[in-house]
Amino acid sequence: MAKMLQFPVRSKQQWTNIALQAALVVVVGGLIYAAAVNAANNLAKAGIASGFRFWDNTAGFDISQTLISYSSSASTFGRAFWVGLLNTLLVASLGIVLATALGFTIGIARLSRNWLVSHLAGGYVELVRNIPLLLQILVWYNAVLKSLPDLRGSIAIPGGAFLNNRGLFLPQPMFGANFGYVAAALLLGMVATLALRIWGRRRQDSTGQPPRMLYYAFGLIVLLPLVVFFAAGEPLSFSFPEMARFNIRGGAEILPEFAALLVALTIYTAAFIAEVVRAGILGLRSGATLRLVVVPQAMRVIVPPLTSQYLNLTKNSSLAVAIGYPDLVQVFAGSVLNITGQAVEVIAITMAVYLFLSLVTSFLMNLYGRRVAIAER
Amino acid sequence: MATADQVYPRDTPAQLLPAPVASTGVLGWLRANLFSSPANIALTMICVAAIVWIVPPLLRFFIFDAVWSGADREACLPSEQRPEPGACWAFVRVWSSYFVYGFYPISERWRVDLFFVLLALGIAWLAWLGAPRRDLGAIYFFIVLPILSYILLSGVPMIGLPDVPTSLWGGILVTIVVATVGIVASLPLGILLALGRRSTMPAVRLASITFIEFVRGVPLITVLFMASVMLPLFVPDRFAPDKLVRALIGVALFASAYMAEVVRGGLLSIPRGQYEAAQALGLSYWRMMILVILPQALRVTLPNIVNTFIGLFKDTTLVFIVGIFDFLRTIEAARGDPHWATPVTSVTGYAFAAVFYFVCCYGMSRYSRNVEARLARAHRR
Repeated sequence: MAKMLQFPVRSKQQWTNIALQAALVVVVGGLIYAAAVNAANNLAKAGIASGFRFWDNTAGFDISQTLISYSSSASTFGRAFWVGLLNTLLVASLGIVLATALGFTIGIARLSRNWLVSHLAGGYVELVRNIPLLLQILVWYNAVLKSLPDLRGSIAIPGGAFLNNRGLFLPQPMFGANFGYVAAALLLGMVATLALRIWGRRRQDSTGQPPRMLYYAFGLIVLLPLVVFFAAGEPLSFSFPEMARFNIRGGAEILPEFAALLVALTIYTAAFIAEVVRAGILGLRSGATLRLVVVPQAMRVIVPPLTSQYLNLTKNSSLAVAIGYPDLVQVFAGSVLNITGQAVEVIAITMAVYLFLSLVTSFLMNLYGRRVAIAER
Repeated sequence: MATADQVYPRDTPAQLLPAPVASTGVLGWLRANLFSSPANIALTMICVAAIVWIVPPLLRFFIFDAVWSGADREACLPSEQRPEPGACWAFVRVWSSYFVYGFYPISERWRVDLFFVLLALGIAWLAWLGAPRRDLGAIYFFIVLPILSYILLSGVPMIGLPDVPTSLWGGILVTIVVATVGIVASLPLGILLALGRRSTMPAVRLASITFIEFVRGVPLITVLFMASVMLPLFVPDRFAPDKLVRALIGVALFASAYMAEVVRGGLLSIPRGQYEAAQALGLSYWRMMILVILPQALRVTLPNIVNTFIGLFKDTTLVFIVGIFDFLRTIEAARGDPHWATPVTSVTGYAFAAVFYFVCCYGMSRYSRNVEARLARAHRR
């Protein structure tokens, strides 16, 4: 008898649940299996290879903006993937910095007691949020940047830059041999500032004396590298763009595709960040109250939705494909997919990249959430 | 003590002085809101300067100098009378039927109009919170309307409605179809996924979480690419869905993951007591959900559902990239028309598109804010 009782007793409901789950597993598994069989058949019929061997094959197509060396005749599809990924990260990281600056400005302007300022900021948010991002990108690219004057009518910007419908041409910094010392000094200054800050906090905890960081930080981060810069013999020069007959030589070129995407992403995301900021900061105080009381509390509310806006910006940068900026989706899920025809592998890799980014971010956000959570009784 | 006699309390109240002119009325408002401090005065001046700098040229371009009628590009090119022509609305007027219907056959366009009317009826029924029999409205919107629309738009030759292949659909019609399919499919799917995510059954929960987090982690474009490139591989040749249907599947899956999270938020806001009370009455899981929990959860989260829908409506523009002629794509196609090639054609086309999307999205967001305020009032009571 005692043995019988040890046998797990399940209610009718539990059996139903087990049956349901088994059915779900069978159905999902069956669908995946059927899809795989069909895909194998269809691919075989179309004569398309499968697997990831294409990664090391020569790409054979050009990319208009490459942050690492790349040539259509010698580089592989794998190299093209990294070029695209870096371009995505470039536009996303710049966009995040600019959108944060603009978004906080607009968000704080919305809280202003000046009627005109707060309503202008509100108008900006409503206007920008209610127009699709793709339309905004097209406007910036086709209606604004592409209608700039052509090469001959290039607009000369003071400081040696040119602007025309082929892009923005900036003086390119040329780093001399000794520039490494300057960079090292800057790095050293930042590390020292950080160490000083930690030490200052400790001292404040034990003695109550607040640290006076500003002067030290300025000296370490600005003055030290400057001194090293002059001591090392000013190892920095600029290569200025020059007008030639059919093109512009020298200098650094910013593609109109890149500029349009960056401007549109910044303006669009800033409107959402402004809303996040407004929801987080309910009232403005001045000076120390703002810095020590309002901001730390607001950050707890602001940071999670802010990071999700950063993720949105990164995902939205894939709209690059509409204007031909060579980001990950345009290069990899566009060109590479068209050439190799290996849709399954290419799309899977592309999705994996974005998925990786968002999973890492949400993991970090969980950590942050746990750290700042209010200890409740 | 003469002085003591002279000190006496007033027996009638003194007459109230009117508030100072500078703190009431228009002047007071201006002072408080625009000129309260030197910094504020400077800000106000900067804003006024910005408005003066931006608004008049915009008005001139889009209204006063705009060209409202004409047969081709000649009307919108600079001429003697009009050295600097503004927006070329004549272009929008000539192309307007294309923007609405795409290449839908002219003799069949009444079907599209009827579809718009039926849809407007369904939306009004659901959106007006005081409408009678909103449960019937939901059945109409989520079951009757999709079937009717399919019959109307795609055609059933047997009852005298000739087939219209989706390759001929275009413009606002496609934008509305994509958005409607997105909402009609994503709400039920989203509810199922949200319930799945809160289920006690590990397999169901795992499947829901995987799907939701996967879809929310990738950009819509990759989902659309997957739907348009991979879907045909996954089914046998003869079942390969057409291009629009593939995009619709992608949009529906994408939207349902976002909807699931919105519904989950609503479910989380329902106090435990509601579940326990329903269980104490002996209701089964589904009856508890359908009769007690979901009606409350969906009501609370209606503003968020509308906000998700606004996002979905804007995202419909992305089907452009997989080669479907939605409204934005028709604008792109039309602005390349050599008959209308002028320096202002693109700007006009985009402005028209922007006004369309803005009016739709802003209208929806006003509605969602009204509902939110109403719910907040009901909650306070």
